[in-house]
Amino acid sequence: MNNQPVDSVRIMTPTGMLGAGWDEATIERGLALGVDVITVDGGSTDSGPYYLGSGTAKTAAKAVARDLRSLLRAAARADAPLIIGSCGTSGTDNGVDWVAGMVAEIQAEEGLDLPVARIYSEQNATDLKHHLDAGRIHPLPPLGELRAETLEDCTHIVGMMGHEPIVEALAAGARVVLAGRATDTAVAAAYPLMKGMPAGPCWHAAKIVECGGQCTTNPRAGGVHTTIDATGFTIEPLDPDSACTPYTVAAHMLYETVNPYEMREPAGTLDVRDATYVAVDERAVRVEGSQFHLADQHTVKLEGARITGYEAMSFTAVRDPLILADVEAWADLLATYLRRWVSRTLGLGDDRYAFDLRLYGHNAVLGDLEFETGPPREVGVMLLVSAADQATATAVAKIANPLMLHLPTPEMHYLPSLAFATSPAEVERGPAYEFVLNHVVDCATPTAFFRIEYGDQTNG
Amino acid sequence: MAETSIGDLALEVRSKNAGPFWVTMELFMRNADGYRVVADETFLNESVIADLYRVDVGTIQFFRIPSLNVVKISFPRPVTQGSLRDRDMHAGQHHVPLAALRVPGASRG
Repeated sequence: MNNQPVDSVRIMTPTGMLGAGWDEATIERGLALGVDVITVDGGSTDSGPYYLGSGTAKTAAKAVARDLRSLLRAAARADAPLIIGSCGTSGTDNGVDWVAGMVAEIQAEEGLDLPVARIYSEQNATDLKHHLDAGRIHPLPPLGELRAETLEDCTHIVGMMGHEPIVEALAAGARVVLAGRATDTAVAAAYPLMKGMPAGPCWHAAKIVECGGQCTTNPRAGGVHTTIDATGFTIEPLDPDSACTPYTVAAHMLYETVNPYEMREPAGTLDVRDATYVAVDERAVRVEGSQFHLADQHTVKLEGARITGYEAMSFTAVRDPLILADVEAWADLLATYLRRWVSRTLGLGDDRYAFDLRLYGHNAVLGDLEFETGPPREVGVMLLVSAADQATATAVAKIANPLMLHLPTPEMHYLPSLAFATSPAEVERGPAYEFVLNHVVDCATPTAFFRIEYGDQTNG
Repeated sequence: MAETSIGDLALEVRSKNAGPFWVTMELFMRNADGYRVVADETFLNESVIADLYRVDVGTIQFFRIPSLNVVKISFPRPVTQGSLRDRDMHAGQHHVPLAALRVPGASRG
């Protein structure tokens, strides 16, 4: 590793999500511009709690492997480290191992031997309960104080690392860093921070690039190339037909953030109130004035998910205008019959299961917030059942089957037959999860909660 | 002559999760005139959002950003993400009631 001081650090971020794919020409364009580090995010909570709860990836293995092959080749050609954050969607330990296994296979196939570091971020409830007892775990709004039982209920808990564990791995000689759960920004901020670039521009640039081309005029065209130096950063798209404008770059601070001016990281807070965005040319933007305020206390944010129950889903559809004339009354009738039949057949009271009956085409998406009126042309009726075990959830969905097939309105003196979408009508969804942690833990050192192992052969 | 909505004056109105526990919405207005309409606190404020989305008025955060002609609004997600009652996993369709709000004193020709 070259530890000479540098004047600038050039980052290539090919996409906002490992596995999303890209046109290989955008990688060639990035390499031609010069690359000191390649960074890409591999995860998100945005698709819901299932991926953390179950410890499985949202992305297809073949899509991730394709992207990894492209980036490992590029990293070798550019002699630049490759940093991947939140491996396997949620950054669980098996998510890191999943990506590491692919990296090992690709390196063997490509004749590459880039040193690999795996950074594990999964936490165990017992250790966290000690921190809780010691008063070191604090809630973030809108959640309240953490209870020990909540920690015990989680199937997986991860801590979000900042740049520090990644820097430690790079300093130890890793050229491929596979990080568990990391802040979206730590992935891109780590290397320039290590090379002595100022914290404000490092964290601000890292936030802007975390979704790849989202900060450009054509988000579908590929990633971005960023140069960080002593006074700010300059950013341009990898695709020559796309552009970064002061508007697209500044507006990206709004994306998926509660507060567009401040962003908390483990080590402190990015503050972009005084940032200026100036066009360098038609495709590139210069950003200066970003600040980073170090926090008195280093904190690590926790994410955890627990099983809420087991679900079964059934889906039918209504086209008959006689039912659609008052589809809510029909749905209320269905719900009433379903409760009665479940009680009569399964002997279960309302407290033993729950269901959500959604009228797609009428008001399913907005529910009570829906403001449009008037009968729809057709309505998809989704029944989602939750119970403590799969057998119960499935049984309730099966008991609903004749109602979802034949329930008439009170005015009908015959049994209509409605349009089931599939056979069987019901789908067993298995366990369903919810996020239950939105808490930070005070930590003695920035790397204390993370375990670094070297080599691409996993222990599992 | 139809009434004008916020959406009519905007380049884009969008909503999205900001982490699992918050939702955030942005009004990207076409120009400074449109921005002035939605940035006007007598028209669009915390209590209007509280009524529209049935959330606690005290939890709503407003950001008015004239340099971008943007008003951004964030509040805790009323329904837990991924729960039995969550019908919008990414909260990506919840901008619609806001976009449909009628703008006072204006009409579309």
